[in-house]
Amino acid sequence: MSGGASGGGEWPLWEVFVRARRGMAHVHVGSLHAPDADLALRNARDVYTRRQEGVSLWVVPSAEVVASTPDVRGSFFEPAADKDYRHPTHYTVPDGVQHL
Amino acid sequence: MDRSTTVEPRDPMPEGYRRTLVRQIAQHAHSEIIGMQPEGEWISRAPSLRRKAILMAKVQDEAGHGLYLYAAAETLGTPRADLLEALHAGRQKYSSIFNYPTLTWADVGAIGWLVDGAAIVNQVPLCRCSYGPYARAMVRICKEESFHQRQGFEILHTLARGTAEQRAMAQDAVDRFWWPSLMMFGPPDADSPNTEQSMAWGIKRFTNDELRQRFVDIAVPQAEALGLTLPDPELRWDEDRGHWHFGTPDFAELAEVVAGRGPCNADRLAHRVRAHEDGAWVREAAAAHAAKRAAREPAA
Ligand SMILES: [Fe+2]
Ligand SMILES: [Fe+2]
Repeated sequence: MSGGASGGGEWPLWEVFVRARRGMAHVHVGSLHAPDADLALRNARDVYTRRQEGVSLWVVPSAEVVASTPDVRGSFFEPAADKDYRHPTHYTVPDGVQHL
Repeated sequence: MDRSTTVEPRDPMPEGYRRTLVRQIAQHAHSEIIGMQPEGEWISRAPSLRRKAILMAKVQDEAGHGLYLYAAAETLGTPRADLLEALHAGRQKYSSIFNYPTLTWADVGAIGWLVDGAAIVNQVPLCRCSYGPYARAMVRICKEESFHQRQGFEILHTLARGTAEQRAMAQDAVDRFWWPSLMMFGPPDADSPNTEQSMAWGIKRFTNDELRQRFVDIAVPQAEALGLTLPDPELRWDEDRGHWHFGTPDFAELAEVVAGRGPCNADRLAHRVRAHEDGAWVREAAAAHAAKRAAREPAA
């Protein structure tokens, strides 16, 4: 069987982002395999926007995505954990004061 | 495992959890693409242009569902080529329902109404599955499934209001697809040894029998609306339980079909392998084109 050898397994993986409407950000919707950027875009259109889910598409090679490591999630995001004063809810406002 | 948090691809996870997920997601993906066959056979014979366009859209959706799910399985570190290889070699299964033939146009209606209907009951709880990529794929799939079920219901509704012959055709399709649809929920809880573990891992939220009961409770009034009967003499409303009582599906038949001895098992798999091999030149051409362009790019 010519199956695996010439199958999608050898094609690079692409991450797909869709802008649902003008004025909104592109949002990650999933991934797919394609031999090149052109086909990745066409496949993304067919797989992820069959019901007018988007007005714009991005495809990005998955290998190009630089991600933080889940194992160090704690220490990596730790600096923000004890800075409650960055949120408005940290402050007490006297009764009756408005528009603050 | 903590049941309140979602597991994402690069998180540490128990090996059994990963293995169970790969098996389940792969089986689910295989079911989507094999499921294109029984209905695909009717595209060229659809009774109107509208029905043909609808059926093509549905079958195309099922291909998309397969893709979402293969992508979800791949996040667990198993390449898609390996999964297809396992399907083609018969090492991984797909849903037993697709091993039944589609003999008449009414079968397309019965599949949409009952088979997609049962799939929805199975899939809705999976939208809250503990594995993120699987849960997100299920959200997309569930959104698309409801049109599948409605178009099937509409086909049967139209036939049931047609000539005596059309009506008989609709009834015959329901008679043949009812029990295999109930079998889609798997063996009874007592014979489903993996259920407990899957529920503890948050992969499954309800047992096979719970989902089967839910499906029957939904389908009985819908059959009434169609004016068609369900082929179960035991069917009656159980006042005490607040559920429809129904007969026991032939689980020996289910075991036979799962073991590869259903009416269409050999055909489905052979067709799948043939389609994959016949499509090899397209994949090769696309890869060659990409390589040629990549080689040209630096010069341009
Ligand atoms: Fe589907
Ligand atoms: Fe469907």
